[in-house]
Amino acid sequence: MSALRESLGFLASRLRQVGIFVALILIVLLFQALTDGILLEPQNVTNLVVQNSYILILAIGMVMVIIAGHIDLSVGSIAGFIGAVAGVMIVHWGWPWWAAIPACLLVGALVGAWQGYWIAYVGIPAFIVTLAGMLIFRGLTLITLKNQQITPFPDELRALGGGFLPDISGGTSVLEWLTVILGVGGTAALLFQSIKERRVRRRFNLENEPMAWFATKTVFIALLMLVITFLLASYRGTPIVLIVLAVLVIVYSALMNNSIFGRHTYAIGGNLHAAQLSGIKTKAVTFRLFVNMGVLAALAGLIFAARLNSAQPAGGTGFELDSIAAAFIGGAAVQGGIGTVAGAMIGGLIMGVLNNGMSILGLGTDYQQLIKGLVLLLAVGFDIFNKNRAGGGSSIAKRFKFRTTPPATESKAPSETKAPAQAPAEPATPVAAGTRDSGNA
Amino acid sequence: MNVPILQMRGITKTFPGVKALQDVTLDVNRGEVHAICGENGAGKSTLMKVLSGVYAHNTFEGDILFENEPCDFASISDSEKRGIVIIHQELALSPYLSIAENIFLGNELASRGWVDWRKTNLEAAKLLARVGLSENPVTPIQHISVGKQQLVEIAKALSKEVKLLILDEPTAALNDEDSDHLLDLILHLKGQGVTSIIISHKLNEIRKVADAVTIIRDGKSIETQRVDQGQITQERIIRGMVGRDLDSLYPERKPQIGEEVLRIEDWTVQHPQDHTRTVVHNASLNVRQGEVVGLAGLMGAGRTELAMSVFGRSYGKAVSGKVFKYGKEINTSTVPDAIRHGIAYATEDRKHYGLNLIEDIKRNISMAALPKLAKRGWVDKNEEATVANSYRKSMNIKAPSVAAITGKLSGGNQQKVVLSKWMFSDPDVLILDEPTRGIDVGAKYEIYTIIAGLAAQGKAVIVISSELPELLGICDRIYTLSAGHITGEVPIAEASQETLMHYMTQEKE
Repeated sequence: MSALRESLGFLASRLRQVGIFVALILIVLLFQALTDGILLEPQNVTNLVVQNSYILILAIGMVMVIIAGHIDLSVGSIAGFIGAVAGVMIVHWGWPWWAAIPACLLVGALVGAWQGYWIAYVGIPAFIVTLAGMLIFRGLTLITLKNQQITPFPDELRALGGGFLPDISGGTSVLEWLTVILGVGGTAALLFQSIKERRVRRRFNLENEPMAWFATKTVFIALLMLVITFLLASYRGTPIVLIVLAVLVIVYSALMNNSIFGRHTYAIGGNLHAAQLSGIKTKAVTFRLFVNMGVLAALAGLIFAARLNSAQPAGGTGFELDSIAAAFIGGAAVQGGIGTVAGAMIGGLIMGVLNNGMSILGLGTDYQQLIKGLVLLLAVGFDIFNKNRAGGGSSIAKRFKFRTTPPATESKAPSETKAPAQAPAEPATPVAAGTRDSGNA
Repeated sequence: MNVPILQMRGITKTFPGVKALQDVTLDVNRGEVHAICGENGAGKSTLMKVLSGVYAHNTFEGDILFENEPCDFASISDSEKRGIVIIHQELALSPYLSIAENIFLGNELASRGWVDWRKTNLEAAKLLARVGLSENPVTPIQHISVGKQQLVEIAKALSKEVKLLILDEPTAALNDEDSDHLLDLILHLKGQGVTSIIISHKLNEIRKVADAVTIIRDGKSIETQRVDQGQITQERIIRGMVGRDLDSLYPERKPQIGEEVLRIEDWTVQHPQDHTRTVVHNASLNVRQGEVVGLAGLMGAGRTELAMSVFGRSYGKAVSGKVFKYGKEINTSTVPDAIRHGIAYATEDRKHYGLNLIEDIKRNISMAALPKLAKRGWVDKNEEATVANSYRKSMNIKAPSVAAITGKLSGGNQQKVVLSKWMFSDPDVLILDEPTRGIDVGAKYEIYTIIAGLAAQGKAVIVISSELPELLGICDRIYTLSAGHITGEVPIAEASQETLMHYMTQEKE
């Protein structure tokens, strides 16, 4: 009983992070029911991944920019522009794909450097610079393409958009075994990593999630990964773009959590003045964030062009809005300093499942836009509501804790002799104690 | 002649945990200029906020009689209706609106919702003439100097038919010429029957304009001195401002002072926006190993500005002067440079400049020296947690764990996090700006112990503080600043609150 209370109190304190995850699951279940099971059919799951991959890649860069307290409205135009550049390089100039891809990423970096220069060193707000960039690069797309699409791309490049990992069984099995190996291996790695992290947190006496919640969450995520693995394996295996995306998510999560660059990004967004006065080169960090965004936008543009097998004048239109929405639904704060790559991915998937589910139901883009807009408003509104309540001293989380914690600690008391190490790992009580201490500063 | 216009009786105002005002009495006569004096944080501004209705009448105890009628203001607009107008230190003008629009802001000359521009500009011109400002009323506020903006504020007050004008440090942001002009205007208005209350630190100004001085200390009214009774003297004001017991305790120290670590020579700093103002004039000072050096000065003396400009030019424009470390000139023109040369600056405003309040303790502690914890750009989080835990223990930071968010800690614990951050950057010189501001007494003692410990380790420490007893309690040597000049350098053996205050209020020509 006390474990349950403890977990609930913890959930309340992490309402936002947990809530968004639960929301994704509810939306999936809702559409699964509404579409009579089409949503989670193997083929559709594969589609869902491939269709949303470029938005998710953009969302990675976008959430980083947002964490630093900026915004980027130009990524859709940059993606379109890079698609056009790829078309010219490969189709018109006859460049091989292995030369064109790095060249396109380099162009993306230059585009990012151009915008980063104006934002970081000249000091024009990112909103203005990237709004200009949105127009500039859409214009350059149209100029590059002379208002006509360029097609077709070689198979190697197209594989980036719609290809799958090879079938190692040679077509003899129902399941794609490579996918199974990757999926099971990935799940095992994730389990290993979570348990290791938890040990480290305990060792250094940091606040830890209650065991019950930790176990539920980890097992659930592991099961989810296995289900997705099974679904993918029973269709055509792992889309190549999913591998790209997975690598990016792992690398960028690590970068944001563990690298100096990532930590400086959070510091800038959390308190720019304090970051400056701590000797952080804020301008250089901002500049690099936009260079990075340019590279990721280029990659998204390549994947999009590869999937369509053509460079389109209107390619990438509206991507910026989807990726910004993904970051904010995923818990990024408008003021900066808060957000995670993983959150942005969940936010992107919510948008993706909504799109896909409503398409299956035959709802037009009119209703799709309406509903997506409402979801974004609700998600951020919930954030602000929760924060205001927290500031006012009676957030949902706090009220919850206030009611549950005292009995929870009492009923824990007898067991404390058995496991004294658990005492500091319990989050609810110490936080409350901390607030009491700070009462009359 | 002595007809009271304002009587405040038994004013007590409590904030959570703090008694800001305690049984304060203030009597102001009609047609006089009444100065209010006191140290930083003594409660002067709080008293004026009580008077002008910023704090509604039911949030404090005591009675206010204005023109012999009781006042129960719920907001500023109530007090303005009675003719009490307060002009805050930070001017409340909209920079893009014209002078005339600003004067009648919220009080527009309009009929049926439409502004009568002819009348607005005409009336504004009349008011500008009264305050002696020859500017076109349609000029945008941002195009005139701060001194003139101050006059526009007074014109705005006159438009509300002011009877009692309250000026909170009116000359703090002005150069000498503008200050003189403003003081003349106050005397001129006095001739027209406007009573003024002026909050000021500048004793020469007070001598020039004031008919009476009320001294506030630690939230209590100490005494009122009147010119016509021949009572106002600089000595007496100083004694009133500082006359306090050394009631806090300070840790024992046996200073072991070594060679000179840091020397600043001919340091001059201009105000970043207003280049007619020099905020620090030719300041020179030094600090040695194991020494705690104090920097005393009243509000606006330029202490923080001096420190921040040395620390990577974080403040000011056209900074000139030299910084030497162990006798060699060093370049501290950016914050990373300053940190590399072993200088640390812990800000007076930890919420805005010191901490990332939405981050946890360990990430704040590591913020200024992250490369120390990293290999090839990757942070060793285990090492980070170990470091943070060791500071949590040694500094006695009261928090459930080092993963606690700093925004939820008390002021004292936040300050310890800031100090930990700078200690971890391993500096040779620490500049601590108001290290005990907003901290309760118990935590103050802990901070003093930490400062003493730093000096014992051979660090050179500079402490900026508004609390003289604190400087006397922990420093080996104290510099005084007044209006941007270093006016004194006092070894601790010769220092007393009176001597320091004397230097702090001294004007250099």
